Amino acid sequence: MDQFTLNLIVIAMSFALYFGIAIWARAGSTAEFYAAGQGVGPVVNGMATAADWMSAASFISMAGLIAFGGYNNSVFLMGWTGGYVLLALLLAPYLRKFGKFTVPEFVGDRFYSTSARMVAVICLLVISITYVIGQMVGVGVTFARFLEVSTTTGLLIGSAVVFAYAVFGGMKGITYTQVAQYVVLISAYTVPAIFISLSLTGNFIPQLGLIGGYAPTGGETYFLDKLDQVVTDLGFAAYTADTSNMLNMFLVTMSLMIGTAGLPHVIIRFFTVAKVSDARISAGWALVFIALLYTVAPAVGSMARLNITTTFWPGAVQGETFSQPALSIAEIDSNPDLTWIRNWEKTGLLAFTDRNGDGLIQYFNEPAPLTAANKAVADANAALAAAAADADKAPLEAAVAAAVTARDAVLAETNLGGRSLAEQGFVGNELTTVNNDIMVLANPEIAALPGWVIALVAAGGLAAALSTAAGLLLAISSAISHDLIKGALKPNITEKGELLAARISMAGAIALATWLGLNPPGFAAQVVALAFGLAAATIFPVLMMGIFSTVVTKEGAIVGMLVGLISTAVYIFLYLGWFFIPGTNLLPNTPAAHFMGISPAAFGPIGALLNFATAYLVSMMTKAPPQDVQDLIQSIRVPKGAGAAQAH
Amino acid sequence: MADKSSSSAYWAANLRVIWISLAIWFACSFGIGILLRPALSGISIGGADIGFWFAQNGSIYVFLVLIFAYAVKMNKLDKEFGVDE
Repeated sequence: MDQFTLNLIVIAMSFALYFGIAIWARAGSTAEFYAAGQGVGPVVNGMATAADWMSAASFISMAGLIAFGGYNNSVFLMGWTGGYVLLALLLAPYLRKFGKFTVPEFVGDRFYSTSARMVAVICLLVISITYVIGQMVGVGVTFARFLEVSTTTGLLIGSAVVFAYAVFGGMKGITYTQVAQYVVLISAYTVPAIFISLSLTGNFIPQLGLIGGYAPTGGETYFLDKLDQVVTDLGFAAYTADTSNMLNMFLVTMSLMIGTAGLPHVIIRFFTVAKVSDARISAGWALVFIALLYTVAPAVGSMARLNITTTFWPGAVQGETFSQPALSIAEIDSNPDLTWIRNWEKTGLLAFTDRNGDGLIQYFNEPAPLTAANKAVADANAALAAAAADADKAPLEAAVAAAVTARDAVLAETNLGGRSLAEQGFVGNELTTVNNDIMVLANPEIAALPGWVIALVAAGGLAAALSTAAGLLLAISSAISHDLIKGALKPNITEKGELLAARISMAGAIALATWLGLNPPGFAAQVVALAFGLAAATIFPVLMMGIFSTVVTKEGAIVGMLVGLISTAVYIFLYLGWFFIPGTNLLPNTPAAHFMGISPAAFGPIGALLNFATAYLVSMMTKAPPQDVQDLIQSIRVPKGAGAAQAH
Repeated sequence: MADKSSSSAYWAANLRVIWISLAIWFACSFGIGILLRPALSGISIGGADIGFWFAQNGSIYVFLVLIFAYAVKMNKLDKEFGVDE
């Protein structure tokens, strides 16, 4: 059976499972649609939360980011797990005691204002819609690669699947489907990791393999030391090297942590449990299931980095990196274990070119002066080629010769492995593109694992993207039907009418997300920075103040949220372009241009501080919250008397 | 419903548990994982230095233990103050 058929069978089986569960767990009431009837146990809820939380970014992109960023990209590991501590300690038990369905509803009641509720709805919609686009794109890429259809077709198939089970099942259907999706995605992630850890370190537990010995040379050198040596040989920074900007690393980690605690689709998971004590422990169970993937990810990233490097420099496996010649193109085309290179080349996510014409692909970190010198040669050659037939070519030919001489001087003075590039006949790095996102999906192929493992990884990537998309769509639809329509526009709507409105708004949200996925406004990874930064600067502070302060007034909350929203969005747009439209950024997105070295992804905690500060300042100047709000605050602080959620 | 004085005592006890937990949360991730990494580079866990290991694996284990310890402690407090469900 060929790989394509195998992919098709495994993906079809996983989808049949999701549909079966959705039909079995149809939602009949708004309580079931929004909060699964509050009848979900902490372990099941934790598993569903984990699937909901771990998106295409966690499954597909994170290990690749760690592979190429090394220690610096630990921010994702700490940031995306540490937020659960904040959720368990600071938000989940109190919001469950409050006992309603949505985040804006809490904001509206605690700050006794429909306007505050509407501002919260706006923040929620901006956060969730930017986040859902990334998931739809992830679905499209995965389908395109493994089902060999176009990205557009892949995206449309994905939307149809989400539509079918999310619209009919609501939270109840989504919760139980997510349990199945968790099982698929965690096996897809850990099975290849176990195989690879065993072959590189002799330890079948990837977490221990990461800090263990390197097996191919007898385990006497540590794996991480071996990796550091191989990548520094090729001119890259050491894998475990210190960060160059500690302040920025600190702020990015903080932004991801408080952003996680402020993501509406994660918070609503804690409305689905039966008791306040269950909400606390649920966050713990969610982190258990998340940690299974997150503690394996550093091993997956580092081992993939070593594997891809030793694929192109076979000599690095046993001894010195340059003891054998680089991988040859003839080998790529004849070795069945290397077909993945040509397969990924087709997607454009991996590219190589034989610049010195020796039939070998030399992969190394090209220093900036060499890149510039090579570009000058290419430009001079292009000018010569573009010249009219009867033009005087002599000056152009002289320019080419001068550029080549300048380039050769750079080659003569750049050393790699103790000898100059000129001496070794290298012209430049020939593995020109290796996209972060292919590391997890191509990992089993790079390590030459069996076909069923490759098919499982495809199903896992889809499960991760679909489960998160469904959770986000639910948060969007409840904000529209429950907060906007029932809360403000049409308070007398019947339960049946509200359920219909919820389903229609979910269908609308899917259509919008699909359209945005087909026409992304020129960005991919940046949206994550926006979603987390905004959640950190708006939802998290307003909820904290709602629970832990008795003095913050409705005016304070509204002004605070707006200040957090606008300051964070403006800082991000300054560097990434207004609404991410390429070319409209006022400042270049480089560390030198960043204010005090703070990158756009690191602004969240600063936006949150501005939010807190203005909210307190405005509260000092406005009338204190009324007595019934004081009673509400006292009531949510004590677990006793939680009971079932109040729908009306 | 518990009377006013015992519910404010419960809240004070709750805040103390939260502050201690947050101190541990900060120390393992931002402390050992980021700020103190250069200072602690001599200490190693297997093939990694302690800062690298905490940033990539260790802090996640601490987070897990922290949440479960917090849940157990709070359940005890709930009973002690008679505010459990």
